[in-house]
Amino acid sequence: MDPSWLLVVSRARGPSRPRLRSLPRRCRSFGSPPLFADDLLVCCNDRELRLNSVRRLSTIARALGEERTRKELIPFLSENNDDDDEVLLAMAEELGVFIPYIGGVEYAHDLLPPLETLCTVEETCVRDKAVESLCRIGAQMKESDLVDWFIPLVKRLAAGEWFTSRVSSCGLFHIAYPSAPELAKAEFRSIYSQLCQDDMPMVRRSAASNLGKFAATVEPNHLKTDIMSIFEDLTQDDQDSVRLLAVEACAALGKLLESLDCVAHILPVIVNFSQDKSWRVRYMVANQLYELCEAVGSEPTRVDLVPAYVRLLRDNEAEVRIAAAGKVTKFCQILDPQLAIQHILPCVKELSSDSSQHVRSALASVIMGMAPVLGKDATIEQLLPIFLSLLKDEFPDVRLNIISKLDQVNQVIGIDLLSQSLLPAIVELSEDRHWRVRLAIIEYIPLLASQLGVRFFDDKLGALCMQWLEDKVFSIRDAAANNLKRLAEEFGPEWAMQHIVPQVLEKANNPHYLYRMTILQAISLLAPVLGTDITCQKLLPVIVNASMDRVPNIKFNVAKVLQSLIPIVDQSVVENTIRPSLVELSEDPDVDVRYFASQALQASDQVMMST
Amino acid sequence: MDEDGAGTSEAPSPPPPLEWKFSQVFGERTAGEEVQEVDIISAIEFDKSGDHLATGDRGGRVVLFERTDVRDFGRRRDLERLDNSTLRHPEFRYKTEFQSHEPEFDYLKSLEIEEKINKIRWCQTPNGALFLLSTNDKTIKYWKVQEKKVKRISEMNLDSSLSVGNGCMASSSTSSPGAYLPNGGCLERPYPSLSNDFSFPPGGFSSLHLPVVVASQETSLVARCRRVYAHAHDYHINSISNNSDGETFISADDLRINLWNLEISNQSFNIVDVKPTNMEDLTEVITSMEFHPTHCNMLAYSSSKGFIRLIDLRQSALCDSHSQLFEERETPGSRSFFTEIIASISDIKFAKNGRHILSRDYMTLKLWDISMNSGPVAAFQVHEFLRPKLCDLYENDSIFDKFECCLSGDGLRVATGSYSNLFRVFGCVPGSNEAMTLEASKNPMRRQVQNPTRPARSLSSLTRVVRRGAENTSIDANGNNYDFTTKLLHLAWHPSENSIACAAANSLYMYYA
Repeated sequence: MDPSWLLVVSRARGPSRPRLRSLPRRCRSFGSPPLFADDLLVCCNDRELRLNSVRRLSTIARALGEERTRKELIPFLSENNDDDDEVLLAMAEELGVFIPYIGGVEYAHDLLPPLETLCTVEETCVRDKAVESLCRIGAQMKESDLVDWFIPLVKRLAAGEWFTSRVSSCGLFHIAYPSAPELAKAEFRSIYSQLCQDDMPMVRRSAASNLGKFAATVEPNHLKTDIMSIFEDLTQDDQDSVRLLAVEACAALGKLLESLDCVAHILPVIVNFSQDKSWRVRYMVANQLYELCEAVGSEPTRVDLVPAYVRLLRDNEAEVRIAAAGKVTKFCQILDPQLAIQHILPCVKELSSDSSQHVRSALASVIMGMAPVLGKDATIEQLLPIFLSLLKDEFPDVRLNIISKLDQVNQVIGIDLLSQSLLPAIVELSEDRHWRVRLAIIEYIPLLASQLGVRFFDDKLGALCMQWLEDKVFSIRDAAANNLKRLAEEFGPEWAMQHIVPQVLEKANNPHYLYRMTILQAISLLAPVLGTDITCQKLLPVIVNASMDRVPNIKFNVAKVLQSLIPIVDQSVVENTIRPSLVELSEDPDVDVRYFASQALQASDQVMMST
Repeated sequence: MDEDGAGTSEAPSPPPPLEWKFSQVFGERTAGEEVQEVDIISAIEFDKSGDHLATGDRGGRVVLFERTDVRDFGRRRDLERLDNSTLRHPEFRYKTEFQSHEPEFDYLKSLEIEEKINKIRWCQTPNGALFLLSTNDKTIKYWKVQEKKVKRISEMNLDSSLSVGNGCMASSSTSSPGAYLPNGGCLERPYPSLSNDFSFPPGGFSSLHLPVVVASQETSLVARCRRVYAHAHDYHINSISNNSDGETFISADDLRINLWNLEISNQSFNIVDVKPTNMEDLTEVITSMEFHPTHCNMLAYSSSKGFIRLIDLRQSALCDSHSQLFEERETPGSRSFFTEIIASISDIKFAKNGRHILSRDYMTLKLWDISMNSGPVAAFQVHEFLRPKLCDLYENDSIFDKFECCLSGDGLRVATGSYSNLFRVFGCVPGSNEAMTLEASKNPMRRQVQNPTRPARSLSSLTRVVRRGAENTSIDANGNNYDFTTKLLHLAWHPSENSIACAAANSLYMYYA
């Protein structure tokens, strides 16, 4: 086999530019992608081409063979990494899975140099990807190779002149540490502690966010001493952004420590953090607190964490309350129900009338989950009033959030209690002046229908569903048509025949063509659900009638709908009703109508041929 | 010359006054040369190390300068010790320039957006490259300036004779003929059809060559816009400032302050909003803003009413209420029509130690201690003699000129600009009565009015102004001339040495002491 075809594509990068664009498409049919080795050229100005060639690095490597990939391609990449971020990102990603192309794990160390340089670039996502790839390679390397190659690399990065390399090094310790000899381990721990005191806040942040991973590899005796002292330093950092990340480390460390140590070392820190001066730190605690509860165990949770959480629920910063309110269900799930009713429920009551709509909205999105935790009595007695007041909230998001979780409450208190307050809320939302709110409620209608049952639905909501078909906003009409289909699926064709079809067909003569179009859309969606008989008897005559509409847009939509009906109805119906209409449309003066009619005719021809 | 004062802010006695000397000028005007509007400098900023200086102009350009004497600094220090007379001062050379902003048009609001650079801020360097933020009225940009080695490709997978005319190929002067391929010239030949199970030979294709890249010794500086932070300000941006955490910065316009993450350009958080619900109730706008140099949670902003507000980002996500307010009680009975106008603060700067804030209003320069909000710890009259002329200054709009101010790295002195291309330097240590007036020219001490009791009547300067034929001149009580068209608005103090860079129209003057 003459390998030169591989190079044909490269040559096309010569003087004639237009040919370039067409080439990759043609080559795709080969089954093997074309090669763009030359495109790796740093001087090549076309970023897209370089990106393409980097994405196909594995193909280039296969073409070069393992040995030359090691000896030529990898050094080439190490030297020429001064490029656009996107190219570098692709390179960092490709190199992570490159072990098979260089001859297996015993050569994995050859991949480290290009990744090491990528660990120092200024773009965070490239560095992160390079670190990820290094971890992936390191995890496969043999222990002796790790000692020879990987460990020195981590040390080099950690001692780097620029903060970027030190930032990257923090994410590699957990790979290097387990296979390091005893002496090097001690060194690693001290290097890490230095990184946690680096002058650059970026390095300290990286050290803080990787502390959990590193700690998981450290022996228990060092964990209690070295790692905990590192952790303590981080929790007292001047920079809020560092302390924030230390909060995350709390949960990770807590899970590693024995519960006694956890209570002794982690718990006070959490309690402190929950009263930190910076609202951002408290916000993080509010978000993470339920995880921390698992780490410390139930008794300390009751004594220390519940009060801390209550404080957060009553924080004077709305952002903190939002985070705390959003976790209220998760927190209650790990608590004794008695504790939850006694301490958390009063706060929830306060939050339901919070001054910030976002707090109420966050609460509304999770409060339903509390019902199973509290049990039926407490739910009806305490939760239901809160729930009803949120359903009447002036802010639509709050009401929507309640309605979206309706199934959860239904299980606990039953629909009868609900329906009284539910209906006004739904009606109000369905007429909200913001169309996005109307859209949101339409999307919940099938869920409501399944929860409420046919009878309730017929009485109250049926009219609303029809009303949306004539909304001023297209998206609403579109969603309304879809909604009808989903209702028909839910309640069956017979129900639809009675409660949907007559009302829809009535509207087929609306004077406004856009509304007539919505009806066509609804019909085409309903037809497959309703089945052949109803389609032929009820729907088809209306469509055929519409083919004589005066607006071309309606006519070509008729052609489209007819085409979609062909597979549903009998052959004879196609012959006798659909085709004549289409033939007539295919002679329409309007070009678009003729086009879609002929498309539909072609489709019907194909169906006939296949049968 | 005294460089030993650095770092001893608690000096028992005030340091002796500095003797300022001319160091350099960039873009000096020749006699009679018209200044192009676009060349007028609108921002000056030293980087943290003092090794680089950036200026922005009304034409949207950013010019970078680098220190020439920095590379063998250590050895020079030794030399200095040996021979005091050869003491060196910072000297800069032109490094590069780039077009940061272009004029734009906002079609929605039918507004022209000027390209003028309002502020430049240096960012921390993650590698050898330089990074800075520059802003015009609406858009902030994050720039990377990097030295790149010119690279050439000397060996390719193709016949170089075929690629004449390709710009990329033209530079491959050392193309080796050994890389020619057997099917060199058959571009039009149909591709060989390959079956899907085509596999590569185990050893790879020996005829496939990697391009050889030769890095030459030549380097070129390339400025690349890394990120654009746009569409977040309804009003004109007056300040940007980096946080000490290295990941965020803030931008302030007339009514709002927004917080950004340097890495996220499509999202910012509003932290201060002073816009009243009814714009007719508007009495105060934000004029300048800066982050505390070390406390990541503190920032200060000044207002047109002459207030400085200190904000604690820890307190709340929305910081419309300040944590501290600095204002000077006005002396009763002194109110006039101009009181409010001249009270407006045009610039504030934190001192390096973070304890003091320097503010400039139209008439004075004030130094505040952030732990004392009842009044400034020191106030310096910049051009008090203009007080009788406020009416004229109001007529010709000069009263709205926004002068910047700066502090020396050691916090011992402060400086600010004035008219007639003059700037003033004051000693701000208690007990110091150092007060210098310098002219942005090659002879800065010419207009020296160090002691008010000894009015400096300089005939030469008189004649000079007359010769220039400036229209807007007036003569003050001391007989000095003031030219309101030549105003020195922008200046910056070197972070570690006694060196000042200031802008006189299109020229950048540097002085040292």
